[in-house]
Amino acid sequence: MNVQIVSIIGAVIAVSMGAIFPALGESRAIVAAMDAIARQPESAPAVSRTLFVGLAMIEAIAIYCLVVALVLLFANPLLH
Amino acid sequence: MMSPLVDPVLLHLGPVPLARSVLTSFGLTAILGGLAYLVQRRLTVQPGRVQALVELLVTTLQDQIGDVIHEAPQRYVPFLGTLFIYLFCANSLAAVPGLTPPTDRIETTSALALLVFASVYVYGIRAHGFLGYLKHFFSPSPLLFPIHVLSEITRTFALAMRLLGNIMSHGVVLGVVVSVAGLLVPVPLIAFGLFTGAVQAYIFTVLSTVYIAAAVAEPTADAPRIGKEGRA
Repeated sequence: MNVQIVSIIGAVIAVSMGAIFPALGESRAIVAAMDAIARQPESAPAVSRTLFVGLAMIEAIAIYCLVVALVLLFANPLLH
Repeated sequence: MMSPLVDPVLLHLGPVPLARSVLTSFGLTAILGGLAYLVQRRLTVQPGRVQALVELLVTTLQDQIGDVIHEAPQRYVPFLGTLFIYLFCANSLAAVPGLTPPTDRIETTSALALLVFASVYVYGIRAHGFLGYLKHFFSPSPLLFPIHVLSEITRTFALAMRLLGNIMSHGVVLGVVVSVAGLLVPVPLIAFGLFTGAVQAYIFTVLSTVYIAAAVAEPTADAPRIGKEGRA
């Protein structure tokens, strides 16, 4: 197996792992926020702002995986 | 397929190459600056339609920033509000035919994240003084100094990468869909891209506000955070 094929497989693994686990994490965060809003609707603005910031933090992990995959595909340091 | 990490150079200004994202960014800055100049040239006490619209926008930004920062937001609105308006317009360029958002290249987002990084220090030093601000790197214990430094670096990097990844991946996905499916299939995707762009502009601004708020907050290290209502 040469470097190119290994890189493509690595990119696929990176993106799929980066889709599965941040999705699980984000779903837990959204469930907790919905729970909180259902209990106390008057706290909705503060909860949703915190939720957005937290989701952005979790999503950053997925984006890291995407960046790793793109580096493997388009700017592979082992090929050039 | 062209690499989404390379910024195509469109024209040369003497020895300086001008890339596509730089030109788009300059154009957007000129348009937004021109509009702002036109609006502020004749401000009246009884606002007309345009002025009322702009006042609505500015007060909304002020309220949002004030909610996060827990003090008078006037000092922070010029920077953070400009950031939001610029990002919102830049991300919305994804739906304009013939233009690409400048935020889908790593240079633009890194520059914006570095601006936020620098402004955190400027606001923090202005609020606490140079030594007073440096003290927070050694609190609650000097052992945590490397962690503080690491967090400064990684959060700036994450800020740039989050915006880049969201906007650029939308462009890549759209390209794939266009190459596979026909004429009308990508339209809902473009609409979703507008939504993503607005959310990302909001998130970038809110995170910058949170970072600045943490830098200017009074150093009451382990006291629980009290909301605006509790303090009054």
